[in-house]
Parts: sequence; structure tokens; C-alpha cells
Amino acid sequence: MKKNKRYSIFSLARNARNYHENWAAAWRSPEPKPSYDAIIVGGGGHGLATAYYLAKQHGITNVALIEKGPIGLGNTGRNTTVIRSNYLWDESAAIYELSLKLYEGLSQELNYNIMLSQRGLVSLAHSQHDLREIERRVNAIRLNGIDSEMLSMAELKQLIPILNLSPNSRYPVIGASIQRRGGTARHDAIAWGYARAADDRGVDILQHTEVTGFRIQGGRVEGVETTRGFIAAPKVGVAVAGHSSVLADMAGFRLPISSHPLQAMVSEPLKPIFNTVLMSAAVHVYLSQSDRGELVMGAGIDKFNSYAQRGSPPILEDILAATVELFPIFSRVKMMRQWGGIVDVCPDASPIVGKTPVSGLYLNCGWGTGGFKSIPGSGFVFAHTIAQDEPHEIAAPFSLERFSTGALIDEHGASGVAH
Amino acid sequence: MKRQRNRLDVGARIDRSRRLRFHFNGKPYEGFAGDTLASALLANGVRVVARSFKYHRPRGIYSAGMEEPNALVQLGGGASSEPNLRATQVELFDGLEAASVNCWPSVNFDIWAFNDRVSGLLPAGFYYKTFMWPKSFWHSYEKVIRKGAGLGTAPEMPDHNIYEKRHQHCDVLVVGGGPAGISAALAAGRSGARVILADEQAELGGALLGNGERIEAASGVDWAMGARAELDGMDEVRVLSRTTAFGYYDHNYVLMVERVNDHLGAPPGTLRQRLWKIRARQVVLATGSIERPMVFADNDRPGVMLAGAARTYINRFGVKPGNRAVLYGNNDHIHQVALDLADAGVRVEAVVDVRAKAVGEAVAAVRERGIEVMAGHAVGGALGKKRLRGVEVLALNEKGDGFAGDIRRLRCDLLCLSGGWTPTVHLFSQSGGKLDYSENQACFLPGEARQAVSVAGAANGVFALKGCLGEGAAAGRSAAGKLGFREVGAPEALPVAQGEAGALMPVWRLPPVSKGERRFVDLHGDVTVSDIELAAREGYSANEHLKRYTSTGMGPDQGRTGNMHALGILADIRGESIPAVGTTTFRPPYTPVPYGVMAGRDVGVLADPVRMTAMHGWHERSGAVFDDVGQWKRPWYFPRTGEGMAAAVRRECIAARSGVAILDASTLGKIDIQGPDAAKFLNRVYTNSWNKLAVGRCRYGLMLGEDGMVMDDGVTSRLAENHYFMTTTSGGAARVMAWLEDWLQCEWPELKVYLTSVTEQWATLSISGPNARRLLSELAEGVDLEADAFPHMVVRSGKVAGIEARISRVSFTGELGYEVSVATSYGLALWQAFQRVGENYDLTPIGTEALHVLRAEKGYIAVGHDTDGSVTPGDLGMDWIVSKKKDFIGRRSLARADTMRTDRKHFVGLLPETRVPEGAQIVAEYKRRPPMKMIGHVTSCYDSAALGRPIALALIAGGRERIGETVTIPLTLQGRVVKAEITSPVFYDPKGERLNG
Repeated sequence: MKKNKRYSIFSLARNARNYHENWAAAWRSPEPKPSYDAIIVGGGGHGLATAYYLAKQHGITNVALIEKGPIGLGNTGRNTTVIRSNYLWDESAAIYELSLKLYEGLSQELNYNIMLSQRGLVSLAHSQHDLREIERRVNAIRLNGIDSEMLSMAELKQLIPILNLSPNSRYPVIGASIQRRGGTARHDAIAWGYARAADDRGVDILQHTEVTGFRIQGGRVEGVETTRGFIAAPKVGVAVAGHSSVLADMAGFRLPISSHPLQAMVSEPLKPIFNTVLMSAAVHVYLSQSDRGELVMGAGIDKFNSYAQRGSPPILEDILAATVELFPIFSRVKMMRQWGGIVDVCPDASPIVGKTPVSGLYLNCGWGTGGFKSIPGSGFVFAHTIAQDEPHEIAAPFSLERFSTGALIDEHGASGVAH
Repeated sequence: MKRQRNRLDVGARIDRSRRLRFHFNGKPYEGFAGDTLASALLANGVRVVARSFKYHRPRGIYSAGMEEPNALVQLGGGASSEPNLRATQVELFDGLEAASVNCWPSVNFDIWAFNDRVSGLLPAGFYYKTFMWPKSFWHSYEKVIRKGAGLGTAPEMPDHNIYEKRHQHCDVLVVGGGPAGISAALAAGRSGARVILADEQAELGGALLGNGERIEAASGVDWAMGARAELDGMDEVRVLSRTTAFGYYDHNYVLMVERVNDHLGAPPGTLRQRLWKIRARQVVLATGSIERPMVFADNDRPGVMLAGAARTYINRFGVKPGNRAVLYGNNDHIHQVALDLADAGVRVEAVVDVRAKAVGEAVAAVRERGIEVMAGHAVGGALGKKRLRGVEVLALNEKGDGFAGDIRRLRCDLLCLSGGWTPTVHLFSQSGGKLDYSENQACFLPGEARQAVSVAGAANGVFALKGCLGEGAAAGRSAAGKLGFREVGAPEALPVAQGEAGALMPVWRLPPVSKGERRFVDLHGDVTVSDIELAAREGYSANEHLKRYTSTGMGPDQGRTGNMHALGILADIRGESIPAVGTTTFRPPYTPVPYGVMAGRDVGVLADPVRMTAMHGWHERSGAVFDDVGQWKRPWYFPRTGEGMAAAVRRECIAARSGVAILDASTLGKIDIQGPDAAKFLNRVYTNSWNKLAVGRCRYGLMLGEDGMVMDDGVTSRLAENHYFMTTTSGGAARVMAWLEDWLQCEWPELKVYLTSVTEQWATLSISGPNARRLLSELAEGVDLEADAFPHMVVRSGKVAGIEARISRVSFTGELGYEVSVATSYGLALWQAFQRVGENYDLTPIGTEALHVLRAEKGYIAVGHDTDGSVTPGDLGMDWIVSKKKDFIGRRSLARADTMRTDRKHFVGLLPETRVPEGAQIVAEYKRRPPMKMIGHVTSCYDSAALGRPIALALIAGGRERIGETVTIPLTLQGRVVKAEITSPVFYDPKGERLNG
């Protein structure tokens, strides 16, 4: 019997009649071929999106995607699913906005519901300094043609009635901005949706295949050594957040990256109580409520370097204290699950997307805490870069060379100090 | 009020003389002291206590502990409301109020149960396949989905209890107060080690409280009580009951929550829970095990229960969980429980055992009692809906993997399940320990440890009591022994009778009896065998994918009763062994932890320390409006009665320019630098040279990051040959201190330089204005203040108002100015002395806003205000401060192609038509609609009293070459456009004559 591939309410109803026994696998599990036109290393969102756009935009379908474990279980499956494009600098705004636009049509494009929920992303200001920074950002974002607004205290109260707006709190909220197109999406669905669509276009997704080295001849990459043998390809793209420096080391160059744990957590499921995404840089937490009803929270990175996907408790205490401070009614809500991922952070907190010292070897890394929201845009420009052997216009500012030229795109900046 | 109709008359750990009244779903009931909410509900014959997450199926009490997947309740209301508690863990107190969650209008009639009717359309991951059309409708679909999801409701009021945290070191931490844990604590405690024994229950005993087993001649419970008494008598031993260890981190750091008075209803204002942060030299995990169920059609009906739970309800709580029972399982435990049930007066219909040859002492005893043992049989399905009415039993084929023969129906209202035991290895796994699969026992056991930890008893796969006692004692002895503690006079092993036991026969999945039937694996999340099969069919056959696709084990119970079955079924489908399929990562917390206890006291006014200067009280009394600068409260401006901010700031500015003004500058970061290499150190961290700074002189310095960008600035004075005093920005003080220490300790350990943060030790006030010298001269003693004797950028020691002081002649306003610093304890006295003599000079206190206006008029930068981490000294027009002759942090970066560009953003002045908000963007070419190319932004903007017009500072691409040009500032938020002329950033007194006056 022909297996069912297309997803819709009708195919779901049809399949209900035979107990869903005829659904096709979302993606194949093929044996590796000896050679491909291109190899993508890393089966997270970035790698999967890259493979998909290589096939779709550039007609390069003889592609292997190599992943050492099952796909989508690194940072793609560990983040807090926040999507936004309200970045200060033009270069960042361009790539995150491309990403958000692609996200907006992704469920239909992939025929896989990624549950993009554009319920608005609110940033709080707790001091004159915060307010100035937020207003600067909003001005820049709007002039870049991206949606962003300031919220009055009355609007904020209406939008999030449970937020602590008392002028007597330690750091009273004195203002806020909102990107209404910001929100969340289902993280696993991004990985699985891209995998299914890429597979459909001929990409071989090779799970449980670990890269052990690169074969480089005369400064050109010839393929990768893996735990399943050598696989040849004239072009290799690497998107392995958390281990970028390790793979760069295998290829013989160094990256200006430090790897840190980034922790996140969810509460037990609650009935809908909080319908936006909230960020506070000063009281340091970001928070949303998932469709299952869990409060999803995160904050800053652990300060130490690590490759272990676990963090330390002080960060948890800080995040939860900040949450209770902003939402006193959540004090008796319980943290249900807590975990960590490893983020690769560049000195300017912006990513690296582009060519490397090795010809034919391309790199996509350093997204820090912004990896999830950038998946479609990052995959789109990275696929272009690989296909054309030339950075996509939007990716060009994010070259590795910027660390020698000094053309940094400093998104964390020196904000936070004042006389 | 109804009678407790299922309550046994005698026995158990409840106090029948203490009746407790409570409400469940609005109805009044009665229970006894020692009850849990679950046992009291069972005693009262309440069957349906909850609805499931997805299909809203009626559910009853399934377990007697933290593994409970069904019976989640909302406790209390208002400020004491707490969602999603397990009824099996809630200790009953008088006046308790609880309600079922996730059902409407009631748990007995739930509209959402419609989901169960259309469950065919809602298999695992159905939402990935639909709700995609039309595109704009997802938001509407989502609203409905969100309403259907979720469990309890968030409280509507802030918490009325408080929480605290305690840090504690110990030699041996024992987690778990069952027979193994007690034995470990006794052994370690007797050796003199400092021991903490933590147990989540109200009293020690663990499984002994529920299983009725005996030790020597005593009951297991009596033995545990005796042990408790002995432990309480040891000085170095602390027993923490109602305490759950939930997180095991690096370096044997274990977090635990103690529920201090939840069992008393946690009255308002009292300490509800305490977070223990334990650093243990050795850890013994005696965390027990969790019973597994059996999987068959409709195995979720109220009345289906884990066998051990039924036993616990009888032996510990004196509650008959049913009147007519069938037991079903794959090991001896069901037979033991059958005996207990029979003893309690429950009619036992049959014991259904999948093992064709059910042998062993317990089996024989059951047969002896005349109870039917159906060996080689399985339960195919449960009957009934809101309560169990019977079961369908089928014979198994010879291999035991399929059915043979006809269905036989047995009537019952209680079905007790035992599918073996899953050791509680969560904390061990969190500690980094490896898990090994045991084929014999069909479970994962602790393997190689990564930290100083050992595991004893059921958590280690030793399920029989005798083994638990022995292994616990050995683990406690060994843990203490490794630390040098020796047990004196170790007692003999306790005599425990242990019968011959039959082996367990794992059965993860049997074929369906009929198509479309629902066999629940994860009761909480409504995950069925078919869901797992579907996930595997669609390629989500990696264990982690399965978990995420089906949401197995993602609920508050974290899949405690279902995960092993999910794994076993997946392995079965894949045709691989369980260890090949693997287990998912165990993540903290072990059980859900309230936010409040993790926050502790760090909320409200204590969320972050408030830093106040010595003069803060005076500022408050004088009506200052404060601004938060980091942790500091700084006066922003000092309005007079009826005066607005603009008028106050204007008045303050005029005072500084025409008379004299006083500012509290105590918050500036201050670092005392001493040592023979101090000058060398300053040379490395500042861009300018410090070789020639004479003793008694001050110099302004600019500090860069490694990227060459300005990160801080301030004035440093040389107090003696090897003694300097650095000031930093208020907000940057801690960061600069850490940065400097980082360089000293990690990069330049050879430098003999010592840093001390003295921000809090000195109170500083700053006076500026034409009358500053005259004012100061009235208070200063022994210091010649004349311009020639005490020029700009000089520091002197002396007495001011009779107080030992440092006086530096520096200025951030562009006026003649002095900073006077005294020991913090004299700060207020100094300030008041200035106020006293200042009356003759119309001395005006000013806040940070006026200071900003004054410094902006002079074109002085405020780091973090006019800079943002992307600005070089060259961008600021401050090349004069960058030495070409020496190396310093950031120097190399200044020589990079991009930092040397001439069209970078330059720091310039702006003369805007009207005042514009700081952060406004500047465009070269204005368009009616975005996008527009931005060439810079306004960093500072004020109404200048001195110039009688608004002035601004800005960073503009190539700005210094564009002075005189007009640019546009589109204010899209305000809906207006402002033009501005680019000027020099120095608006006032460009020659600096006032400063040197």
C-alpha cells in the first residue's frame, strides 16, 4: 500500500480509519554513498535548514547531512523557542528579519506545523539607562522597516495584567517595548520539518554518523572521515553549535569562540495565564508559556567554559528569583525540568557565517544565545554561500575575517554602565 | 459528612483519635492524622479524582507516592493556592481544601472528554500534521489548544509564605530513609562522621511503612522508629524529614527542599519551605525503587493501581483500596500483596501471573488460601469507565508473547499491578554516573560513578529487605571509612527471614486484543502503545525523538511509571536490546520545586542589595528624586516644592555655572592601587602614559577592551611613590575591578601590584562653580587653595570641617571644582558642614541629570551613555590620550583595518531644532517610509540653560568632516521629524578658562 506523506486534516482523518498504520517515515535512514556534491555536518536546525535550501534554492540535491546522534537534539531541542528580529545593528536586523519572514511561511512551505505563535515580545526597562537603550533600539528597528513599538505603562498593564508594576519594587518597571511579530515556535518541529522536506528533495540524512576528521589536500577539502567511513564531497558546510571550535581544530584553524553552558527550564503545565514573551535585561529573565501550558524560562550564560550540557545552580536561583520578582503570583508554581545546552559565543556576540581558510569548507557558528530564532535565515544564506562559493550579501558582514579587520558587530556592547 | 467507608478498624500509622476535616471539589470529608489526601479520598470511597492531560479520561489514585501520574490537585486558594500537587504526597491537615485540575465543569462530568471520543484524530504528533490552513488561522486554533492544555491554574495572589536557604557541609549525605538509608546513616553516624540523612516522607522507614515486613522480632516500622531515636541521639547526625534531594551537581553539591510546615497548612507569614545546599564529602544514595505497572487495554480506569500502593494503603493508612480485587503482574510481589489484601478483608478474585510457572513461597501461600492463581495468563483489558467493573483475562501462548484461548471476564473494582521495579537512579544519573542494564531484573542499575557517591538498596537493584539492610550499612561504613572515620563495635547483621523468590518475566508489549484499543504507557500524557508504534513508524525511533514526538515522560511525574515500558516497547519494535536503545537523560529536579524556595529571600526589596551613600538620608529628606544606577540609588534631581523636573534641573545647572553646586559623588568606583609596579600596571590598562605623573598629581585615563573599544574612564591620582587611587564609572566599578584582577592574576602574575576596592570606604562630594574655592576655603585647614598653589588636576591631603580628607581639584562640569573625600562614616557630617557654610553662597545640591547637562555642554563623554562598546578613542576625537610609545590593552585592535577607517562614526555635537529623545536615529536622506539608511544616533540630548537652547551629542558616520551640515532625525514613534546642525561637541567655554580659574 502506498504510504501517506502529505499532511493535512484530510489525510489525518483518512488515516484515522486505519489506525494510522500507513504513515510514511518522515525521513529515510539511507546508507551513506561514497560521495556527494555537498556535505553538511551537523543535524541541528541550522544544518537541516542549510541542506533544505541547498536542495530547494540551488538545486543541489545530492547532499549528505551528517549528524553524530539523532537530529535536532543539540541547542535546537534545548532552547526557549523565542523568535524575534528586534536587533540594533543593520547587519543583525537583516539576518534575523530574513529569518522571521521565512518562519512566517514555514509551516506551509514545509507542510509541517511549526506552531509559530506571534504573540508579541515585550522588553522591559527598569532604569533611565534601560529606557534609553530600548528606545534607541526601537528607533533603529523601525527605520530598518521592522515592526517595533514603545508601550505605555497602561498598555503594558493591559497586555500583561499579572506583571508586577509596583513602583516600590526593587527595580520598578518604568517602560517597555514590543515587537508584535515576535513570539515562539515549536523547536522540535523546526528540525523535523526541515529534515522531512530536505529528505523529500533527495538529501540523505545520516544519523549516528560522527565526523572524526576532514580530508584536506592542498588547502582544499575533499571530504570527511566519519565513524561510517570516508565520505567525499567538494564542498563541506559545518554547523555544529557547541562544538564549532572542536571541528575547526580538526580542519586546522582556530576560532575566536568560547563555549558556555546556557540553561533553561520549564514549570509544570498551567492553564493559560501569560500570552506574550517577556524579556528583562536588568532583572534578567526571559519567559513565555508554551502551548502545553509550561512556563518556559531562561537567562544568561554560565560564566565558565564547558562542553558538558549542564549548568550550575546559582543561575537557576537568579532566574527564579527574577521571575518571582516580576510575577509574584508564580511563587508557588513549580520548576518541573531544567537543562543546559552549550552555546558558542564570539567576542562581539554575533555569528560567523562564511568561508574558512580551507577552500570548499564553510562555517556557520557562533550564534550564542540567538541560534534558534535565526535558523531559517541562517540556513538560507549559508546554503547560498556554499552553492555560490561566495557569501550571501546578508551573510557577508558575518565573515570570520571581521576579527582581523575589526569590523565587529557588537550586539552586547558595553551597555550597563553609567556615571 | 460521609463515613469513611473503606477505612479499616485497626492497625496502620494513622491516629484514629485525631479527625481532620477537609474539602475535595467542594464536598466535605473527614480523614485522620497521618493520612495523605489520597488515602483519605480512598477511605471515603472517592474514585474519580482527576482527568488526564489530553483525552480528559477519568482517573483515580494510581500510586502512593511521588510517582503518581494521575491524581494532581490544586491545593488551597488565594495566596496559598498551589497547582499540580500529587494527592499521594499531600499530608492531610484540618481545613485542607483541594480540587481536581484540568476539567470543566467538574471532574465527574468534563466537557473536554469530547477529546476521548475523537481520539482517532489525535494520535501522537497530530498537531504537526494539521492546523496549517488557512495560514492565518493558527493563532485561533492555538487559543483553543492552549485552553485545553495546562493542568492547574496559577495562583491569583502573591505568596503569603516565606522561604529560606541554608548552606551546609557534611561528611556523608544519605539520601533516602528506607531500610538501606537508615542502615547507612547508622553505620556512618556511629563512626563519628558528620551525617545528614534526608528523606522525603514525614517519617523514616520508606517501604517498611507500607509493606508490613519484619526485622528480628519487631515490625519494620518499630525498627525504623528505634533507629530514628538512635540517630537523634548522635551529635553529628541530622535527620531531615519531608526533605527531597532534587538536584545533584558537580563536586558533590546537592540541592534539597525541606517542606517545613506544608503539613500544617503553612499559615500566612510562616516559613513554608527551606532550600538546603549541601556540599557533601561522600554521598550515599538509598533512593529506593518505583514499581512498574502492566500495560493492557484501558489500563487507566479508576480502580487500577500499583500493587505496592494497594499494600501501602492497607498497611500504612488502614484503607481498603477496593472490595473485590484482581492482581496482575510478572513477579512475586502480586502474590504478597494478594495476601495482604485478603488479610484486610478484600475479596481476591484471582492473581493473574504472566509466568507460566509461578512458583515460590508467596505463590504457594496464595494457593493455600484458596485464591485462584492464573499462571501463564494476562489481562487483555479493563472494563468500566468511571470505575473499574472487571477485567478480561486471556491465556498466553507458550512463548508468552501472544494470546491463546478465550477471554474470561472477572468482576472486580480493584486491579493491582506489578511489572517489576525500576531503581530510582535519577540522582545518580544527574551526578554523571553511568547506568548499566540488568537483563535479569529488567532495569537500569547504577554503574560507574563520576563523583564520590555510592548507591545502596533497591536503588542499586537489591530489592529484598535483608540485602537492603546489609548493603546500606556497608555503604555508610565505607563512605565514612574513606574519610577516616571508623565504626566502633559494628553490630551483627540483622536476622531477616527471606523466602525463596521466583524470577521476574519482563513483558513490555503484548499484541492488541482488538484493533484500535488503547493501552496507556504514559498515563499522565495519554501516550499509548499505538502512539509509540506510530512514532517509530514515522522515523522518530531514537529514544529522545520518541519522547519528544509522543511527549512520553514530559509531564510532572516525568514518566516514572511509564518510561521503562516506553523503552521496552521501542526496543521491541526496533528489534534491539534495551541498552542499545538507551535511556533518556535524567535532568533536575527529581520532583518539581516551587519557584519561591529557589528564590528564597531574594525577592521584593531584597531582590538585589540597595546601595546608598552616607548622605542618602539627607537627600531623601531634601526631596531628591532617585535614579537606579546599578545597585546604587543616586539623586537624579532635587525639586523644590511645586517644581517640575525641567525647572529643577535648569535651576541646578544655573547654580553650578554662576554660583556653586554640590553633588554626592560617592558612588564613583574607587580602587586603591599599591606596589612597586603600579605605574607599569596603569600603563598597561590605560591608553595614556603614567610614567611621569608626579606624586600629588591627578590624570584622566581611558580604559579599552581588548577589541580597542572604550570600556571605562576616570581620574587616577598618585598619592605616594607606589600608591595610586583610581576612580571608575559608578556602573562599571565592579566590572573594572574584576577585569583588572583578571589581568593581574591570570596574565601578569609577575607584577607586584595590589588592588583593593574602596568604593564603600570613601564618601565623596564634589563642589563646582565660580564660588567653589571660596566655599571650600571656609572649611579647609592647612591646605593652600590658591590657583597657583593648588592648580587643576592636583590632589592634597588636609582637614575639611575638621575631618581628615583628600581634596582633588578635578571637574566634570567644566567649572572650577573640587572633590572632597572622607571616610564614609564622616560623609554625612562633611556634607552637613558644607550645607551650613553654604547658606551664604546659595549652595545648591544637584543630581545626576544636571551633572549630565553640564558635562554635555562641555562635550565630556559619559561612558555607557555616549559609548556602547563600539567606540574607539579616535571615534571620540580623543587620539590625544592614546600613547604611541607604549603597549596597552586594546592597542593592537586600534591598528586594524576597520578601526582605522576615517569614515567611522565620530562623536560630534548637534544643534537640534527641538529636544529629541536620546537614542533617536539620524538619517542622511529622509524618506516618507522606512527603510532609511541610518548614519548615527543621538547619544545625549538636553535643554541647555547656558546656551538657552537644546543641545545634543551624537555618533555620526564621518561626523567630524560634516560639521556645519544639517541632518534629519525622524522620530517615527512621535510622528515628527527634527532637523539638526552638526557642530563641535564642545558647546560651552571651549578654551576651558573657567576650569582653570
